[in-house]
Amino acid sequence: LSGHHHHEHTEPPSDLVLRVQALESLLIEKGLVDPAAIDLLIDAYETKIGPRNGAKVVARAWSDPAFQKSLLQTATAAIASLGYAGRQAEHMKVVENSPKIHNLVVCTLCSCYPWPVLGLPPVWYKSPAYRARAVADPRGVLAEFGTDLSEDVEIRVWDSTSEVRYLVLPERPAGTEGWSEEQLAALVTRNSMIGVEKARSPKTVERP
Amino acid sequence: MNGAHDVGGMHGFGRINAEPEAHEPVFHADWEKRVFGLALATRDLGKWNGDMSRFARERQHPVDYLRHTYYENWLAGLQTLLVEMGLVTAAELASANAAQFVGEDVRGRVLKATQVAQALARGPSAAMPVDVPPRFRPGDQVRARNRHPSGHTREPRYVRGRLGAIHEHHGAHLFPDLSAEGVRVGQHLYSVRFEAAELWGENANGNSAVYVDLWEDYLEAV
Repeated sequence: LSGHHHHEHTEPPSDLVLRVQALESLLIEKGLVDPAAIDLLIDAYETKIGPRNGAKVVARAWSDPAFQKSLLQTATAAIASLGYAGRQAEHMKVVENSPKIHNLVVCTLCSCYPWPVLGLPPVWYKSPAYRARAVADPRGVLAEFGTDLSEDVEIRVWDSTSEVRYLVLPERPAGTEGWSEEQLAALVTRNSMIGVEKARSPKTVERP
Repeated sequence: MNGAHDVGGMHGFGRINAEPEAHEPVFHADWEKRVFGLALATRDLGKWNGDMSRFARERQHPVDYLRHTYYENWLAGLQTLLVEMGLVTAAELASANAAQFVGEDVRGRVLKATQVAQALARGPSAAMPVDVPPRFRPGDQVRARNRHPSGHTREPRYVRGRLGAIHEHHGAHLFPDLSAEGVRVGQHLYSVRFEAAELWGENANGNSAVYVDLWEDYLEAV
């Protein structure tokens, strides 16, 4: 079964921990799951499938106008061409930020999120607070993330109510002329691809 | 259904209090990992789809849904589906002891370690072509229908009765209201733009709009 964290040696396991262990044992006993497969699923999302994938997609779009065009027109195929496909990226759309338009992605009804490019969503993305406020007060949400946009920037909020998954293409930061894709990818945060923040300023990172 | 999951525009949840991106782990406890893995693996048994999974979580008592953490809701939904689809009995869940075994048809579909990479690389497509042409075109004015089905739906409450404009036709996708009941029917799906002022009136943010993906049955011509 699952490994033990050190705190479990000093505290008795919670009712929840016991219930999950009991459920997994039952499903193994009934032959409904292979625990080795579950370990591999967990490992994939902890170590392989995460926002660095999306950062590479964005960095390629910033570097290659032809790729950017296909990313904005046929996102699923463009993203798959970099090797990112599968569950929760079957129907991708990429929405582009500009000096006059800022995009923000939410799923008010559950927690839909483009796993192959961003990994599993952070706790805040799944929280009722974010889901409730992103559609009704996006400027307030952005301000809470330290992103203050003037009134002349139009905010577009994308509520992921279907199986279409949205990825924000942030603006390429000024002062990055001549940077390689690898260097650019270091400026692309997960939060900038959800749309709650902008990409990092080159001044905030050591040029890799 | 008008459940506690449909939170768009609700007040009272307070600040978002995001963990810093650089420090947030993918999972916050071992039990979360196991629930995630169990939910993904059992989905491949073919007894339910994503709409059924969502509906199983939404059908909890509203107080339970909002009190639970995210993976507690996944656990609750998984337990509901395991029992409803006959893979586990309520008595087995309560005792954690297997009393009856499932048939070869189910056991043959169990996700094995050697199949995980392939399973992750292929997701189920929601696209489902239909014979009828799309009723709306980009630019058309539409109203989200004022409907309150007791079953699963992906038309959030905050758009019902509101005027919007078709932004894009996504093609025809599996209709979630019926998919949650195990019926596979395609229907045209659109991205619809709603101006913030139409949704939130005098409390709307300035210069903003919300785009919502809505199926044809959720829309009427204006």
